Amino acid sequence: MAGKRRIKGGAIPTSSMADIAFLLLIFFLVTTTIDMDKGLGIVLPAEGQEMEIKKKNILNCLINSSGQVLLGDEPTPVSEINRVIRQKIKENNKLIISVKAHNKTPYKSYISVIDQLKMANATRISIADSD
Amino acid sequence: MSFARKTQLDTEIPTASMPDIIFMLLIFFMVTTVLREYSGLPIELPRAKRIEKLKSKRHTSHIWVSKDGLVSIEDKLYDVKSVRNVMYEKRVSDPQLTVSLKADGSAKMELISGLHIELRKADALKLNYSTKTAVD
Repeated sequence: MAGKRRIKGGAIPTSSMADIAFLLLIFFLVTTTIDMDKGLGIVLPAEGQEMEIKKKNILNCLINSSGQVLLGDEPTPVSEINRVIRQKIKENNKLIISVKAHNKTPYKSYISVIDQLKMANATRISIADSD
Repeated sequence: MSFARKTQLDTEIPTASMPDIIFMLLIFFMVTTVLREYSGLPIELPRAKRIEKLKSKRHTSHIWVSKDGLVSIEDKLYDVKSVRNVMYEKRVSDPQLTVSLKADGSAKMELISGLHIELRKADALKLNYSTKTAVD
């Protein structure tokens, strides 16, 4: 009996190792931030890369200080931009949408316009300096 | 009796390898964890639907813009004009740099346009407007 016990108890007790490892594991699980940063990606044009574009290929999209949008000559509700732009791109696939925002425009209005353009799959977006 | 004995023998789960499995999981989480580096400014992010994920946290640099017009990079407040120098240095040390703009929804476009110009001058062209997911 005694000999049997000695053979069994000769090793380092590993039963608590799992508990220690679990504790560490839970710590890292809790501190890991899985929520990745997400948002609307754009690529800015390089400095001094301005080019001239034919007037018929440009659609001005003006945002005023209260977030109302003028698309070309038509005042357009923000939720309608997606549909209108989709239509216009179908007519002219070289269309560049030039977004101009007033200095006092809140950032969220600008984001919702960019979001609408992304929804319309408009890849050619120009962000003009507000003046 | 013989039936009962057989089952008793088979039901023992080997626990010897359990610490190894857990350690492996532990090491995985240790390696993938990126501790939050900077606290930034208190902001209310705008919401958008067509969002994309940022590819890598290691190649991302954040700019916080509060609704009062404060600009913060790495927990230091900067003037819009000095963003250029800060971002240029970052861009030189990491060519794959993506700038994540964490701006408050009520921030004025005047400031955002100013930042656009500064980022263009610093040659940090990959920009991501950080947003939350909008609920339909």
